[in-house]
Amino acid sequence: MSVMSGSDQLHVVTSDDITPGRVRFGKSLVWGAAAVLALVALAQFAQTAGWYDFGFDTWRPTLYAYCLWATALCWAQVITRGEHGKRTLFVLPAALFVISLTVFPLLFGLIIAFSNWNLSSLSGRQFNGVANLVQMWNDPFYWNALGNMVIYVLAILVEYAIAFGLALILAGQIRARKFWRVAFLMPLMLSPVAVSWMIGKSMLEPRFGPLARLARSLGIENPSFFESPWMAKLTIMVLDAWTFIPFMMIMLLAGLQAIPKELQEASRVDGATGWKSFWEITFPLMLPVSVTAILIRIIFKLKLADIVITVTSGGPGGATDTVTSFIFREYRERSNVGYGTMLAMVYLVLIVIAMTVLMKFANRLTKPRT
Amino acid sequence: MTDTPVQIFRDSDTDRGFRMKWWASRTAIYGVLAFWAVICLFPIYWTATTSLKMAPNVMQGQMVPFPQSWTPEGDWAKKLFYAPKWKGWESIGLSPQTLSQESTVRAEFLKRFGNSTIVALVSSTLAVVLGAMAAYGLSRFRYKWAWLKNDDILFFFLSQLILPPVVLALPFLVLYKELALLDTRIGLILLYTLSVLPIVIWIMKDQFETIPTELEEAALVDGLSIWGAFLTIIVPIALPGMVAAFILSLVLTWNEYFFAALLTSTHANTLPVMVASQTGSQGINWWSMAALSFAAILPLIVIGVVLERFIIKGMAAGAVK
Repeated sequence: MSVMSGSDQLHVVTSDDITPGRVRFGKSLVWGAAAVLALVALAQFAQTAGWYDFGFDTWRPTLYAYCLWATALCWAQVITRGEHGKRTLFVLPAALFVISLTVFPLLFGLIIAFSNWNLSSLSGRQFNGVANLVQMWNDPFYWNALGNMVIYVLAILVEYAIAFGLALILAGQIRARKFWRVAFLMPLMLSPVAVSWMIGKSMLEPRFGPLARLARSLGIENPSFFESPWMAKLTIMVLDAWTFIPFMMIMLLAGLQAIPKELQEASRVDGATGWKSFWEITFPLMLPVSVTAILIRIIFKLKLADIVITVTSGGPGGATDTVTSFIFREYRERSNVGYGTMLAMVYLVLIVIAMTVLMKFANRLTKPRT
Repeated sequence: MTDTPVQIFRDSDTDRGFRMKWWASRTAIYGVLAFWAVICLFPIYWTATTSLKMAPNVMQGQMVPFPQSWTPEGDWAKKLFYAPKWKGWESIGLSPQTLSQESTVRAEFLKRFGNSTIVALVSSTLAVVLGAMAAYGLSRFRYKWAWLKNDDILFFFLSQLILPPVVLALPFLVLYKELALLDTRIGLILLYTLSVLPIVIWIMKDQFETIPTELEEAALVDGLSIWGAFLTIIVPIALPGMVAAFILSLVLTWNEYFFAALLTSTHANTLPVMVASQTGSQGINWWSMAALSFAAILPLIVIGVVLERFIIKGMAAGAVK
C-alpha cells in the first residue's frame, strides 16, 4: 500500500467569494435535513414502540431520510466552501457510502453480539451479556474452524511456490504466450459454486468421476476424496488453490516483467546462471511484490466459504470447516443471529491482530537493507 | 593443417551438447505449460461435455462427444466416444428443441441469470464511479478531516478488504429485515458495491498517479472547473484503468455466493445460489447440473478470453511500484 508523495499533487489558488448568506443557506440545508432525519427516526421509533401509528411499516422512510441528509451534506459542501467543497465532493460520497455500510452495521453488530436473538422466534432480542462469549469458549467446533483457517492459510506457501514457477515460465521466452496466459487465467474467472460442482462433486465423485478413475488406474482402490479428515482438508485446499493460483501468478508476472532486463543481463555477464541468478537477483527483487501478493491472498483466503459450504458443508465432522462456513451453518440450523455475530466479531478481532502483525513483519522483510 | 578438422569437430561437439540442453529445457518448459493448461482447462471441458451426456455415458466414463454415424468400429472407440444428446440442456430449457417452446425451467433460469447480470453490472458501475472519484481526489488534493489525512483516508478505504463478509452478514440480515431490503436486488447491489470498492480504489489510484498533473493545470488555466477537467480530460485518459477495475468487479460480483445465499430467497436469487441449491438435492442428474454450471460460467469464460488484458492490467496494478 503506497505512501503518497506530496509533490505530485495539484495546487491551484482559487478565489471564491462566498457571501455569509450562502454559508447560512448551506448550513441550514444540512441541519434541516438532519432535523427531518431525526423526526422520521423518532416517528419510526414511536411506531415500533407502539405509541402512535404513523403508517410506517418498515424503517424504509428513515433510510430515505438518511439518503436525503447525505445528499444535502454533499451539496452543502459546495455551497458553503466553494472550490474546496468541490474537492471534498470527490471523496465524500465514497466515504459516506462506506461509513454507512460498515461502521453503522458493525456498531449494530456489537449490540447483536451480546444478545440472544432467534430470528424465527417471536420473543425478539434479549440482552444476555457475555453468555455468547462463554458459549464460544466452550464450542470445540469454533476452535476447530479457527485451527483449520491456520492450516488453510499455511497452504498459501505452496500456492505461492507454484504461482512463482508458472510466472517465471510465462515471463520467459515462449511461444503463444497469450494463449497460455488466457488458459492459466481461466480458473479465476469461474464462480466457486460452479467449480465446486464441476470438480468437487463430479470430477471427484468416487464412482464415475474422472479423477477417481485415474486414481483407480494408478492402483488406488476405493479412492475417496472427502472421507478421511485430512484428505478432505487437502481436497478443499487443492480446489481453492486451483481457483486462486492464477491471481498470484498474474501479480508475480507483473512484478517479473517490471524487473529491468539489464540487471539479469549483468548477472549473466558476471557468470551467475540458473539457480544462482534466481536466488541472488530475481527473488530479492521480487520480494515486495511477493509480500503484497501473499498478503492479499491471505485476505482472500480468510474469506473462504463458498467451496466448503457447497462441497462438504464442513464435513466430515467439521474437518473442512472455515470460520465463515461454520457461522453460516450455525445460523442456518438455529437462526440465532446473536451467537453467530459474536463468533464473527471475535474472528474479526483475531484477523485484525494477525494482519497487523503480518504487515509489520512484511514491512521489515521488504525494507531491511538501509 | 591437420589441426583444423579436429578444431571443427570439437566445436560441433560442444555445440551439439548445447543444443541438446536447449531442446531438453524447451521440452520441459512446454511440458509444464501443457500440463498446467490441462489442469486449468480440463474441468471446463469436462463440464461442457458432461452436459451432452446420458446416464450410460456417465457410468462408462466416455470422454469425447462424437456423432454416432462417424464413430469408428472397435472397443477403444466405444470407450472413448459417445453420441452427444441434448438431455442436460433440455432440463434448463435451452436445447435446440425446447428453445422455441414455452418453458418454465428456462424462465426460472433466465430470471436468475437476469438477477445476476443486473446486480453485477449495477454494483460494478456504482463501485467504479464512487471509487474513481475517491481515488482521484486522494491522488490530487490534500484533505484533512478531523485527524484524518490522505493516507489515513486511503487506509480506511483499503482496510475494508480485510473485513470478512461474515462479520457484516448477520447485522445486515437484521437491518435489511427492518428496512424491507431482504430478498431485493438493491440490497445485494449495495453490499456488492461495498465489497469491491476497495479494489476499485486501489486500481484507480494507481492509474491516476501515472497521469501528470500538468494536464489539469492547463485545463484549469483554460477556464475549466475542477470537475470539468476531471470529466473531460482525466476520465478519458484513465479509461483503461476504469475498464480493468470494472471487469474485475464484474467477475467478483457475478461469482459472489455468500451474501446472496443469506440475503435472498425467492425473488433476487442470483445464479450461484441457483447452482448451489441444485447441488444440495440428491438425485440431480449430472447432465442437467453440468448444463446449468456451464451456462453459469460461460459469460465469464467469454469475458476472460476477450478482455484478458484488462483483467491482467487490473490485477497487476499495485503489484509493481
